[in-house]
Amino acid sequence: MDVIINGKTHQVQTEDDTPLLWVIRDELGMTGTKYGCGIAQCGACTVLIDGQATRSCITPVGSVAGQAITTIEAVTDDAVGRRVVEAWVANQVPQCGYCQSGQVMAATALLKQNPKPSEQDIAAAMVNLCRCGTYNAIAAAVRQVAQG
Amino acid sequence: MNSMSHEFAPVGELPEEKPVNLSRRGFLGASLGALVLGVALPGAGAKAQNAAAAAKSAPRVSAFLEIRTDSTVLLRSPFVEGGQGVATAMAQIVGEELDMDPARFTVECAPPGADYQVVGGRRFTGGSFSVRSSYETMRRVGASARQMLLQAAASRLKVPVASLTTEPGRVRHAASGRTLDYGALAADAAALPVPENVTLRADKDFRWIGKPMARLDARDKSTGKAAYAIDMQVDGMLRAAVQHAPRLDLEPGSFANEAEVKAMPGVHSIHRLPGAVAVVADRWWHARRAVEALQVTWTDAAPGTRRAMPSDFSSEGRRAQLSAAPGPGIAAETVGDAAATLKGAAKVVTATYDAPYLAHGQLEPPSALARWNEDGSLDLWVPNQAPEMFQVLAAKAAGIPPEKVKIHSPMLGGFFGRHFIYETANPFPQAILLSKAVGRPVKLIWSREEEFLRDALRPMGFVRFRAGLDAKGLPVALDAEAVGEGPRDRWFGRKPDAADGSAVEGISGKPYAIPNRRVAHVLVDDPAIIGFWRSVGHSMNDFFYETFFDEVADAGQQDPYDLRLRLLADKPRHKTLLQAVGDLSGGWKRGPFTAPDGSKRARGVAMASPFGSEVATIAEVSLRGGAVTVHDVWVAIDPGRIVNPGIIEAQVNSAVALGLSSALLEEVVYAKGVPQARNFDGYPILPPDRMPRVHVRIVESGAPMGGIGEPGLPGVPPAVANAVAALTGQRVRSLPLSKMKFGAT
Repeated sequence: MDVIINGKTHQVQTEDDTPLLWVIRDELGMTGTKYGCGIAQCGACTVLIDGQATRSCITPVGSVAGQAITTIEAVTDDAVGRRVVEAWVANQVPQCGYCQSGQVMAATALLKQNPKPSEQDIAAAMVNLCRCGTYNAIAAAVRQVAQG
Repeated sequence: MNSMSHEFAPVGELPEEKPVNLSRRGFLGASLGALVLGVALPGAGAKAQNAAAAAKSAPRVSAFLEIRTDSTVLLRSPFVEGGQGVATAMAQIVGEELDMDPARFTVECAPPGADYQVVGGRRFTGGSFSVRSSYETMRRVGASARQMLLQAAASRLKVPVASLTTEPGRVRHAASGRTLDYGALAADAAALPVPENVTLRADKDFRWIGKPMARLDARDKSTGKAAYAIDMQVDGMLRAAVQHAPRLDLEPGSFANEAEVKAMPGVHSIHRLPGAVAVVADRWWHARRAVEALQVTWTDAAPGTRRAMPSDFSSEGRRAQLSAAPGPGIAAETVGDAAATLKGAAKVVTATYDAPYLAHGQLEPPSALARWNEDGSLDLWVPNQAPEMFQVLAAKAAGIPPEKVKIHSPMLGGFFGRHFIYETANPFPQAILLSKAVGRPVKLIWSREEEFLRDALRPMGFVRFRAGLDAKGLPVALDAEAVGEGPRDRWFGRKPDAADGSAVEGISGKPYAIPNRRVAHVLVDDPAIIGFWRSVGHSMNDFFYETFFDEVADAGQQDPYDLRLRLLADKPRHKTLLQAVGDLSGGWKRGPFTAPDGSKRARGVAMASPFGSEVATIAEVSLRGGAVTVHDVWVAIDPGRIVNPGIIEAQVNSAVALGLSSALLEEVVYAKGVPQARNFDGYPILPPDRMPRVHVRIVESGAPMGGIGEPGLPGVPPAVANAVAALTGQRVRSLPLSKMKFGAT
């Protein structure tokens, strides 16, 4: 099947029900998208599918064939994504960093859809887990982008 | 685990505050010959490693530093970066003395080698020891390299060394205005002997040490470029997944559907391993799906098998066992005569406390990539906190000498104590066996479910307290028996008749002036695989002690903050810190009080003395729907001296989050010898909407440098529990709080 990732079409030979996460990581060798739990609890595997933050660990690849998938590797190709990354660096968000690809993707999806999110909007969208507890820094970085 | 006890001292027995003995090391012995300061070639690390093995007592600049021709620096750090910021701290420390902007450093975790035994003559990343143990050594590495660069410049320019100075990244000859970049001098410097003596910068002249320098890895970690063990890839690699025996002592017997599983997509082969089965496949998803489809008959282990897990073991049963275990135990701290004082006390307060098993829950699941090479050596990429320890045991698993095992230590996707050697909790022996069996490199990843099944847990804790009060309501005696087993003695060897420090720390070693005290350890072996969990014994013992302290204060009709101040009257460092956190929170007020939003709230306070630092914590809570909401946590921390206040603040935030997570939510429940939760749905960890605001004040008392990664944690559970008690009148003596229902307020 054809899978469109970061604007490039990949011919993928795998079963339809293989999670998108493992196609991205193992088939295509792009390791920025992380495996954390495999059951859509933690959000480390978050990618954008047609702009929506989506947990790739439970998304069958067959269900997204032909849709535009964006991974962390292409986040800075996007103007909002670039601002999110700069805010992440400015706020020194990452600690171990393992969840941060997913956090950055979730923030990018939010801010592309809603450039001026309220505190409630931020809380509703930024639900990925971080075992290092960088939550306050994440919220500060999202606010910084929102405030332009 | 005898092999470990010979090579690594118990964490708690390492010199707490002293850096390594510099007189012994005769730093940077000149006898070592050629120094590879400037050659930035791939593979130079391996060369350094071999040389290091021959030079046990004389660490060399070249083992740590490569200055490249473009004046960037590769620093081989003794420590592994796992979020705590140690890579940045090392660059700040070395850069300060080298006179090189730390932002120009690349830092990687050094391979096994004698040069890197800088933690009291050993090496591991843990115990919040990294910066404080290596501070002096790493400064000398930077200062020695700078001295050699100056010497090389003097020869090149044919001027006296004394006429030269440095500025970040280059040498300047003021008289002629000439400058030479470090990169242009590095090759010459490499040929020079290492100076015997170097002068370190005065603290007042620091440009980078003590400043909130940005983390070196922030951008890579914000763009998906940071690579962890789970991300490693090598040519020809296969991928593997395992299904562990549900109970620890079971072994794989027959397979009911081997042919079907073998025929599943991508499957290469099926393997029996100790206590597990594995499937090797082209893709991890294929391996996982196949191994989970495999129907295995698990057989009981032979009678007498070491660490066999009883089939009727439960966490509830364990709690009952600890509760029933009689004292008096082995004394860890004895001052005055607690027993006699208790007998004559005006009032006696007793209580028992317990805390559950906890999982690490680091977000990167464990993995190991093993590659056998044609020369019989083995490359192993493995998340680890102690490369040499892993090298020894990997060699054992592989059946080859340690020097034939190359350990690669990628950055860790969180660790919190997860990546020490814990026998059945480490995937690397499986990866080694699988790679050998299939004759190709194998990357093994444990699914989150397998990780929850085999993680090394924080042990369950249980304490019996008795306190005696005098007629004025002041505590005059304290007796505490900590019941259970600590991880330190489990993994580093037990001494007969000595308490395990990791079982009592946080109950012993408290600063309060209670004139008669007995703290003892009642050892009851834990059937579970137990391990170090961020702040180890302190993670629960300070909860026990500091919460019981509030019970004692209440019994004597004392305010808990005022009573602490009073009992710290002769401890200026602690008193200052307690006042600092009071001040930071806007002045101590216990409550209950009504907040501006109309909610009824209260505050709790706690102190802790973990890992060479001192910490005072205040938390503010309210109730919502019978559950506890924590609004603010104020932390004053005194690590003596500091390297990076930005990272300290981040680490305190992180420790608050993990401490709060443990207080509110976390509990590993065993039934029939098996942990019940296998993923984050059954073992919730702190989500973003329960994160409080965190306010940090760093107090630099000038005391010997203490730890940073763990100390922020222990004060959080008791501060929260004390606030809850102040708000509701309900005492919290068992965690997590999610087990309790609180009256609506």
